Amino acid sequence: MPLITYIDHKGNAFEADVPVGDSVMQGAVDNMIDGIIGQCGGACACATCHCIVEDAWFEKTGPASDEEKLMLEMSSEMQDNSRLSCQIEVTDDLDGLVVHMPQSQY
Amino acid sequence: MNSDSIAVIIGGSHAASQLIASLRQEGWIGRILVISDEKQLPYHRPPLSKTYLSGEKTPENLLIRKPAVYEKLNVKWLLETHVESIDRATKSVVLGNGERLKYDKLALCTGARVKKLAIAGSNLSGIHYLRNLSDAEAIKKDIKHGGRAVIIGGGYIGLETAALLRKMGMAVDVLVHSSRVLRRVTAGPVSDFFTRLHSQEGIQIHTREKPDSFEGDKQVESVICASGKRFLADLVIIGIGVTPNTELAEACGLPVDDGIIVDEFCASEEDRDIVAVGDCAKHPSSIYNRFLRLESVPNASEQAMSAAATMCGKIKPYAVVPWFWSDQYDIKLQMAGLNDDYDQMVIRGDIDNSRSFVAWYFLNGKLVAADCVNRPQEFRLAQQMLKNGINPSPEELADDNLGVKQLLELIE
Repeated sequence: MPLITYIDHKGNAFEADVPVGDSVMQGAVDNMIDGIIGQCGGACACATCHCIVEDAWFEKTGPASDEEKLMLEMSSEMQDNSRLSCQIEVTDDLDGLVVHMPQSQY
Repeated sequence: MNSDSIAVIIGGSHAASQLIASLRQEGWIGRILVISDEKQLPYHRPPLSKTYLSGEKTPENLLIRKPAVYEKLNVKWLLETHVESIDRATKSVVLGNGERLKYDKLALCTGARVKKLAIAGSNLSGIHYLRNLSDAEAIKKDIKHGGRAVIIGGGYIGLETAALLRKMGMAVDVLVHSSRVLRRVTAGPVSDFFTRLHSQEGIQIHTREKPDSFEGDKQVESVICASGKRFLADLVIIGIGVTPNTELAEACGLPVDDGIIVDEFCASEEDRDIVAVGDCAKHPSSIYNRFLRLESVPNASEQAMSAAATMCGKIKPYAVVPWFWSDQYDIKLQMAGLNDDYDQMVIRGDIDNSRSFVAWYFLNGKLVAADCVNRPQEFRLAQQMLKNGINPSPEELADDNLGVKQLLELIE
């Protein structure tokens, strides 16, 4: 099962095994990792699952869709590697993925 | 609280799922028992009228958390179990089979149930409501490409299912009792927009139509309205609102008024060992200065966080800006705040000819709500403005030549 590392705004790292096919958001919710809220359950409606994908992984996750970008652009913490984690589907290719969670989601 | 303390949660949906997680996060080391009349562990309800009906999602996809997560959190479930009553004197709940279960803290996450339409023929097959997974499963079996569907009710459930059935190749008539769709949740011009949207997509909306009876042998064949009009139907979905499940609370003497009355910490002032969360709860809003009962997932989740703190003897008041969303065709409707009381409304964008605009609502010059149609940026902006009490002028908000970034500068 792919291992995903979630790093909070203070630098604390949380590792979770997330099944292929789940979203990165679901992985955080199922593992009680604070910092990814996911209020709308993955409908791309709330932007409470913002994460910043570590540089080395961004090519594999790919960039945000137009719809995601519109939601993300309103966040003061948006970076070039920002994604909504509900829109990143976990695949075997993403084994080892590292994402950072913005301070505003705490 | 110690490891022998028992938290009992009645109800097993969004509120319960978040409450369980938050209880553990707040340090509840005692037992957690959830009693739910559903067959399944908590699942996402919003997709039932959207991606679940269309077949994009399976029941497993809908689970809010996986079964293993609850095991790890050491939660005991009593599914398909009915609670008969609450005995506050002995701090216990009584099940349908007479069994009594003790609690130290009790959470009422009882939700709401659909309002039923009691007219002739309402027992015919092919007539559905939509609240639970089992309802959605039954509807799915009756969806037939080329068939006819009649939707009774012009609220979110009615319009979302109408859009979906149309997409799946059914002819759809929507019957609305009042003069316009979404009357309870939006202003006239926005209702007009949604009527236009649905008619562009090939759906017939009929206002001021009151169903009088259903006709058919065993299977529904038509809906007859008081006006005398007859609408042919292979499938009928009724979405005319919900009633909060407050009977348990009322019977044990807790204050109830179209919702279980709680304080800003989600506790009943009559008995602070009992909290109520979600669709069934009515809380005081410091933003709107009145009691509100909200029917939304974000409300259930956020209240659960506050209630969990209360159950653990901590203080975390519930004070958030309400928000709602709906998906219909390519439209994402996101609403921030409450627009049921306003004296001025301005539109940003072209509401008459496009599928992208914002309706801003003001009361006494103060921004109180925004309905955003395919405008996620303005939605996020509205949330921030409402949260922080920022009031740009109606003229500024209506000016679509001002970019969102410029509006953002106004509030920073």
